[in-house]
Amino acid sequence: MNSIEINNISKSFGSKKALQTINLNVEAGEVFGLIGADGAGKSTLFDILVTLSKSDSGTARIEGLDVEKDYKKIRKIVGYMPGRFSLYMDLTVYENLDFFASIFGGTIEDNYELIKDIWVQIEPFKDRPAGKLSGGMKQKLALCCALVHQPRVLFLDEPTTGVDPVSRNEFWNMLKNLKRKGITILVSTPYMDEAILCERIALMQEGKIMAIDTPSNITKAFNKPLFSVKSTHQRKLINTLRRFDQAYSCYFFGQSVHLAAKNESVSAKEISDYLNENGHPEIQVAKISAGIEDCFIELMRKTA
Amino acid sequence: MEITIVTDNLTKTFGAFTAVDHISFEVQKGEIFGFLGANGAGKTTAIRILCGLLHPTSGKAEVAGFDVFKHTEKIKKNIGYMSQKFSLYEDLTIRENISFYSTVYGLSDYQIKEKTEQLLTRLQLHSEADKLVHSLPLGWKQKLAFSLALIHDPKIVFLDEPTGGVDPITRRQFWDLIYETADEGTTVFVTTHYMDEAEYCDRISIMVDGKIEALDTPDILKSQFKAATMDEVFYKLARGTSTK
Repeated sequence: MNSIEINNISKSFGSKKALQTINLNVEAGEVFGLIGADGAGKSTLFDILVTLSKSDSGTARIEGLDVEKDYKKIRKIVGYMPGRFSLYMDLTVYENLDFFASIFGGTIEDNYELIKDIWVQIEPFKDRPAGKLSGGMKQKLALCCALVHQPRVLFLDEPTTGVDPVSRNEFWNMLKNLKRKGITILVSTPYMDEAILCERIALMQEGKIMAIDTPSNITKAFNKPLFSVKSTHQRKLINTLRRFDQAYSCYFFGQSVHLAAKNESVSAKEISDYLNENGHPEIQVAKISAGIEDCFIELMRKTA
Repeated sequence: MEITIVTDNLTKTFGAFTAVDHISFEVQKGEIFGFLGANGAGKTTAIRILCGLLHPTSGKAEVAGFDVFKHTEKIKKNIGYMSQKFSLYEDLTIRENISFYSTVYGLSDYQIKEKTEQLLTRLQLHSEADKLVHSLPLGWKQKLAFSLALIHDPKIVFLDEPTGGVDPITRRQFWDLIYETADEGTTVFVTTHYMDEAEYCDRISIMVDGKIEALDTPDILKSQFKAATMDEVFYKLARGTSTK
C-alpha cells in the first residue's frame, strides 16, 4: 500500500517553475529520500504534501486522504520538521515539547514511548531555552516535537543541513529506529552520501525528478567505465585528465579524481600511461563503481 | 613565507563557558586553510574574532598584520567574507550589487567602473548585468557573491560553509574559483561540512570543544589517525563531543 501518492504535481511562482509534473509513490513504512540541491523543489513539494500550500495542478494523497479536500485530517496524522528551525526560541526545551503535545490534544506521557530514545539525549537540557541549543540538539528537539502526536507519516525537510558529520550519522540512526516502529518517512537532503541510507530515492534538480529507484539500482545504471585517479598534484592532474581524448568527464572526489571514459575499451593502464607521458608522478588508477554523486552529476549533464 | 593570520593562545569566554580555548595557529599567504569542527565546537566564534567582529577575552591574534584587539576596522578593510547565506541584495541588479559593494569598500568611481567591467567579463554576465539578482540561478549567485567578497582585493577571504546546499557540479566549479584565488596569492580560510572538500585544502584544523585538536595537511592527518578518509579522521576526533 502507498502511504504517499503524488500524481502530476506542478507548481510555479511567477515565471519560475518550482515543480514540473512530479510523480512519486512512497510505500507504507518506507524511508524515502528526496536528494537535491537548494532550488530543486524539495521544500515546495513538502509544503504541498503537508497541506501548507496548494499545487497549481495534479493531485496528492497521504494515507489515502486528498491534500486539498482532507487537509484537516492529514494534519492530524503527519509530523513535519521544516527546513528552518521553527520552534519557540524563548520557550524551554520541555515547554516546546509540551506545547506541541497539547496542541494535538495529547500529553508527553501518552506518547513517550515513541520519542523516548531521542528525548533522553536532550532531557539534560530540558530547562534551557530552545534558542540556546547547538545545531545538533535543536534538530533532536525538532524531531521530538514532530513525533509527539504519533504521526503515521513523517516529513523531514533537510533535517541534517548544516549539521556536522557525526551528528548527521546519529540522526540517521534515529530514523532507522523510527522506521522499525512502522512510520513512513519522507526525508530530503542535499548530502549525496545520505542517499544510500534510504530505501528508495528520487534525485531532483530544478523542479524535476531525474531518477527514482533504490540507491543500488541508480548506481548500477551508470553506463560509463569509471576510474579513480590519484597523483601528487590534484589540480594539475585534473587539467591533464580533461585533455585526455578518452575522457568523457572528470570531477574531483576528495583525494582522487573520478574519470568517466568514453569507451568501454579504456583500461586503467592506458590512463596510467597517458599520465606518465605527461610527467605525473606516483600515479594510481583503479576502476571503480559509481556512487550516487557520480550518478547525480551524470544525470545533471544529460538533462542540462 | 608570508604569514597572513597568526593566533597565539586566542581565547574567548562567555560567562563560565569557554567557546574558544587557547587556540594557536598560523596561516600562510595563498594557502587554502580548512577550518573544521562539529556544531558548537567554537568555529563561528573564532571566525568572528578573526574578522574583527568580536573582541577576544585573552591571547593574541593578527589578521593581515593587524591586531584583533586594537585594529578591527583595518582588519575589516583587508579581508573578504562570504557565508552560505549569500549577502547579495536580491532586489538590486547585478550591476547595482557590484557598485554597492565597491562603494562600501571605498573604491573610487574609476575603480568601480573598471572592476564592474572585469567582473562581468570574468563571470560572463554582461547580458545579465541589468537583471535582478533574484532571477539568477543559485550557482551564479554564489560566484557573484564570491567575486564581491574579493572586490577590494583583500589579503584573506573567509568562506563560511560557502557550498552548503549547492548541487555537486556547482560545488566543484566553486572550488575551481577557490583554487584560482589562492593561486593569485589570496589566503582562503574556509569552513565546510563536506569532508571531500576537506581534502581540497592545503591544511586543515579540527576544533573540538573550543580547542584545536588536529592541524596538518589532509595526508598527514589521515596517517596520524590511521584513517582512509578525512571523514574518518573527523569522526574519530569529534566522537566524544557528539552530545552537543
